[in-house]
Amino acid sequence: MLAYSIRRVFQSIVVLLVVGLVAFSMFRFVGDPIDNMLGQERTDADIERLRGELGLDRPFLVQYGRFLTNAATGNIGISYRQGRPVADILVERAPATLELAAVSGLFAMIMGVGLGVFTAIRRNGIMANVIMTVSLLGVSLPTFLIGILLIYLFAVELGWLPSFGRGDTVKIGSWSTGFLTASGLKALILPSITLGLYQMTLIMRLVRSEMLEVLRAEYIRFARARGLRERAINFHHALKNTLVPVITVTGLQLGAIIAFAIITETVFQWPGVGLLFINAIQFVDIPVMAAYLMLISVMFVGINLVVDLLYFSIDPRLRIDRTVSEG
Amino acid sequence: MERVARAWNSDFMWSFRHSPVAVVSLALVLLLVFAAVFAPLVAPYNPFDPASLNLMNGFSPPMEPNAFTGDVFWLGTDDQGRDVFSTILYGMRISLFVGFTAVLFALVLGVSLGLIAGYVGGWTETAIMRVADVQLTFPAILVAMLIFGIAKGITPVDMRDEMAIWVLIIAIGLSDWVQFARVVRGATLVEKNKEYVQAARLIGRRPGAIMLRHILPNVLSPVLVIATISLALAIIAEATLSFLGVGAPPTQPSLGTLIRIGQGYLFSGEWWIILFPAITLLALALSVNLLGDWLRDALNPKLR
Repeated sequence: MLAYSIRRVFQSIVVLLVVGLVAFSMFRFVGDPIDNMLGQERTDADIERLRGELGLDRPFLVQYGRFLTNAATGNIGISYRQGRPVADILVERAPATLELAAVSGLFAMIMGVGLGVFTAIRRNGIMANVIMTVSLLGVSLPTFLIGILLIYLFAVELGWLPSFGRGDTVKIGSWSTGFLTASGLKALILPSITLGLYQMTLIMRLVRSEMLEVLRAEYIRFARARGLRERAINFHHALKNTLVPVITVTGLQLGAIIAFAIITETVFQWPGVGLLFINAIQFVDIPVMAAYLMLISVMFVGINLVVDLLYFSIDPRLRIDRTVSEG
Repeated sequence: MERVARAWNSDFMWSFRHSPVAVVSLALVLLLVFAAVFAPLVAPYNPFDPASLNLMNGFSPPMEPNAFTGDVFWLGTDDQGRDVFSTILYGMRISLFVGFTAVLFALVLGVSLGLIAGYVGGWTETAIMRVADVQLTFPAILVAMLIFGIAKGITPVDMRDEMAIWVLIIAIGLSDWVQFARVVRGATLVEKNKEYVQAARLIGRRPGAIMLRHILPNVLSPVLVIATISLALAIIAEATLSFLGVGAPPTQPSLGTLIRIGQGYLFSGEWWIILFPAITLLALALSVNLLGDWLRDALNPKLR
């Protein structure tokens, strides 16, 4: 266990170093940083001075090391487009994305488990079949079309919900939240559904198939024989045993939610990190792109590491397989 | 003639003829590809020829005569009086071109790396598969966006629009090679210990020839399945990127770009500018996807 954990952590660090190298190369080789920072009226002396200040005359590895230590302390450079430190912009934008991701994750989890249990129990019912068919269609719809469809229905035709932005936000320290105002909460609904729909169908299908499997098991039949209520059997005996895979999948999907927030944020003009990233690509704002890359990598690699280690400690079979295949 | 008959009666064709879903989706794919390839002949107008445009025709609803000119457009017109049906045909051309080329690129790259990893083994294999594992950690669309962003930064400003399509192809292709490499490596590991490979090695064929002439033909059927499903994914990825404004340039609008443009008119009630490109995109992606599903079942009866 310990050897595996250490190796796994070591791998994650190597991945992050490589991602850092990519981010650093973007800074260093995509366009000339000196060109980007100095205006038209520069002298050779200016260029030399800045080159010295930025450490661009040092060996490659020294520069890379400095870049990493800077990044670790939150100094990621200055946005070419906004002329402000990237770290400040990220801190300002992060709450919007995190709130959106949290609400969609919650939506996906609750609706997914609920519908999954429902479709498993009423396997042959009309409603269950309708839900399954619609979910199949939902998976093949691209995210941005779902967003547009929802905007058209609920914002244009019915006029119930706003079609863009976060509504009014309240500032608590440096965190701006949309949870505390009515318009902020209303603005969250459509983007959260758009973002969480795919994960919801995924969880729903997973719960359904796990439930169907479990409901056939001996101990469920025994519980029925004991005369327990259907409700108690379904939720206490069956659902509990399906939750381990559901939690792992949800954990792994957390990263995907943050990544796909890019699309949702663009459709709804949601002022989060994803929209920032898309704008950075459009205007070739390298520092923002590099910072986003590093931020999201830390998140992805971290989530994967935690899930792997958890899995490894929960499921003893993995340990045996590994020693067999490697021994 | 006899060969045709034999092919027609093969298991593969039998399964095709008895799957209505497969027949319908293949017909739809062929129809759409045909319409896209021959867009200049099929389309009633050339939307990119300024001489054929009449601003007075702008915002014509579908199937209704225009208020000023009395011209009728099947699917209506956009703000500049371009026929929506024609822009869809030309847009589908770009979407399909990017999709096919990106998948081809991913296929060649992934299959070669997979063959090498499986056949050569050792640290080459470790290196290739580690890179694949790391890339698989990130969603393909994110990888494609990043590659697009970096490539955009490298290309000179005045060439960006011209190069955008190719940058898009490379970005989507590079984000998609892993699937091919993993499957081909797995199959190669099985094949390379079989007797025909040992025989080829014994008579002194070089590794390159063994990989290409002996192993490759035997690992191709899963590759075909992945390629079809990848095509659907690539079409959607292209549409998503173009919709986000980091894909096809405005001078060469794909289906995604058309949807992006149409989104602006959703509030003013010109629904047809966005609806028809969206339906076309869905029909295209869905039919390719269904075809891929059928292909998977037909080529691999064990999975059913």
